Amino acid sequence: MKHTISILVENHAGVLSRVSGLFSRRGFNIDSLAVGVTADPSVSRITIVADGDEYMVEQLEKQLNKLIDTIKVRSLAPDELLSRELQLIKIAATPAQRSEILTIVEIMGAKIIDISPSTMTIEISDTTAHLARFEELIRPYGIKEIVRTGVIAIQKGADTIAVKK
Amino acid sequence: MIKAAEAMVKCLENEGIKVVFGYPGAAICPFYDELSHSDIKHILVRHEANGGHSASGYARITGKPAVCIATSGPGATNLLTAIATAYMDSVPIICITGQVCSDQIGCDVFQEADITGAAEPFVKYSYLVKNAQDIPRVFKEAFHIAGTGRPGPVLIDVPMDVQQTMIDFEYPETVSLRSYKPSAKGNALQIKKVAEAIKAAEKPLICAGGGIFLAHAEKEIKEFAELTGIPVVSTMMGLSVFPTDHPLYFGMIGMHGVKTANHAVGDCDLMILIGARVGDRAVKSPSWLEENTKIIHIDIDPAEIGKNIHADIPLVGDCKCVLAQLNEIMEKQNTEPWLEHLREYRSNIPEKPAEKVFTDPKGFLKKLSEAAPDNTVAVADVGQNQIWACNNFKVKNGRFLTSGGMGTMGYSVPCAVGAKLADPSAEVIVICGDGSFQMQMMELATICQYNVPVKIVLMRNEYLGMVRELQTRMYADNRIAVSLGGDPDFVALARAYGISAERVENNEQADEAIKRFLSSDKPYLLEVMVNETESTL
Ligand SMILES: Cc1ncc(C[n+]2csc(CCOP(=O)(O)OP(=O)(O)O)c2C)c(N)n1
Ligand SMILES: [Mg+2]
Repeated sequence: MKHTISILVENHAGVLSRVSGLFSRRGFNIDSLAVGVTADPSVSRITIVADGDEYMVEQLEKQLNKLIDTIKVRSLAPDELLSRELQLIKIAATPAQRSEILTIVEIMGAKIIDISPSTMTIEISDTTAHLARFEELIRPYGIKEIVRTGVIAIQKGADTIAVKK
Repeated sequence: MIKAAEAMVKCLENEGIKVVFGYPGAAICPFYDELSHSDIKHILVRHEANGGHSASGYARITGKPAVCIATSGPGATNLLTAIATAYMDSVPIICITGQVCSDQIGCDVFQEADITGAAEPFVKYSYLVKNAQDIPRVFKEAFHIAGTGRPGPVLIDVPMDVQQTMIDFEYPETVSLRSYKPSAKGNALQIKKVAEAIKAAEKPLICAGGGIFLAHAEKEIKEFAELTGIPVVSTMMGLSVFPTDHPLYFGMIGMHGVKTANHAVGDCDLMILIGARVGDRAVKSPSWLEENTKIIHIDIDPAEIGKNIHADIPLVGDCKCVLAQLNEIMEKQNTEPWLEHLREYRSNIPEKPAEKVFTDPKGFLKKLSEAAPDNTVAVADVGQNQIWACNNFKVKNGRFLTSGGMGTMGYSVPCAVGAKLADPSAEVIVICGDGSFQMQMMELATICQYNVPVKIVLMRNEYLGMVRELQTRMYADNRIAVSLGGDPDFVALARAYGISAERVENNEQADEAIKRFLSSDKPYLLEVMVNETESTL
């Protein structure tokens, strides 16, 4: 099962390597990891998506919590989170195919951000599942390159994950 | 304003540091230059790993973080084994390393090694100090992190130019780490559950681990066991929590433990793990235990609970606090039938015939420990010698130190040097093998230079005995790379350093040798001749 975990960490050098080192050292399988600074510039927020059973997630949370730089760890249940991933996709596209592709792009809520005589570059930001569906639809044209950011997630409603003052 | 190097020394003075263990080199010279003006005593070890092990011995006896120092590059990498050894046994050491100048970091200059990177898996925390003004805060935090919660090594890597920068010095009174606040007290509800489970149990068993010492909970656990009447076994790291002949104590558990202790683990209906992480050498089959026994797990590190064994009642907290909380509400349990069963089981174990031609190492260690003073600190190395010591060296009110988690050969002599300096009133006795001795014998020079009267028992079987035994049992006695054919005359070797030494060929010579060994107030080495086929258990 996939688990989404949000971690607040001190925003200083070496923290990311401590976190990522922990994954390989303890044998955790990580699907994605995204990191960025929060509203408080001294704090970064890491979102990881990990695959494993309950034991693994519990261990992962505890080991993350144990890192001195970790301020807070929170596992987000699928029904309490909103998640997004940004993907940039370059596909093969002859001028004749452009309008057909554009239709798919519009229906799926994506955006064309660049174009060349033989390619189109698409930007899409959505859930991992939606991204996968989109990828299937455009695969027949020939995917040349995909870049993705990894999932970020936030809780639904007014709930926040904040550093205790 | 003062130099950051001087500030580093002042930080150590502020932390009450009296002794440090180290080995200099160019990148740490600014610090050494300032150290010379301080009252802190510097012990020049003969290898950086030994500096780390000495700090470990010192820390384990004082219960406070101890300091070791190395230069950049090879000095720092030599320290790694000691850092990892301390990490596995949760020993608070502060490792200070010199680093190449900040503007050269990453250029592969002479003696540059990314030591914070290399040590990352084995440190509780580490710092690469880039801004000299951070020095006071970094040191304050380092001591706090190393010594609180679940203790562990902290590394401070200081580039040479940083050491030479002028800073304003004021040692902070407090630390403010919003992300690090180890919990001490146990949750009241969980405490209640523990108490109820104990009351309901017929055959409860306390398994004491090294966490007891780390929490300074020796008094509390004794009170807990005596108050409730619950029998006690220990892990290797928990050895000496109870005197060997305490009526409630039944020995060390695990692969190399004693039969009665392992029987008790298999037969109990409630296992109370205290400051023990259920390592694979201590508990071979946690899943069997989970199925057959109710388990209470008390530990300060939440990550240890549920890692190796599932706990029916987890209790996070500092052993000292938790046990004090329990002692307030516990009362005497009817454990007499269970104790009687364990005593009977123990009395029915037949004694193995002892070695006749050579010295019987087990009998020798029994004799030695019986004759040794009450507060003796025994330091065992790794190998058969270690297990002989674990199971036969009778601890009274002293300590038993060894490298349990890492099993680092070469730990004992430097650890003993640290232990002796930490408590000069204690008799400190090393028990090591001929293999492990040769990984640390350069420390004889340190012993002489600073006149540290540690006593050394060297078990000579001319083999890496424990591996030899493994090969005998599991590989059809195919002995490969285990013969120590080049063993020197260790008595002559010790004497070359000016250290008194003698050889114990057989059991007849043991008594007199032990007398001379213990009555000397100087370093002393006994080379004990042991049969190569002697078994570990
Ligand atoms: C640094 C290190 N290298 C290798 C080992 C593997 N090892 C464990 S016990 C042992 C043999 C130790 O020989 P010795 O010190 O003579 O003790 P004995 O078993 O003979 O009493 C070895 C090689 C180890 N524990 N540590
Ligand atoms: Mg040997």
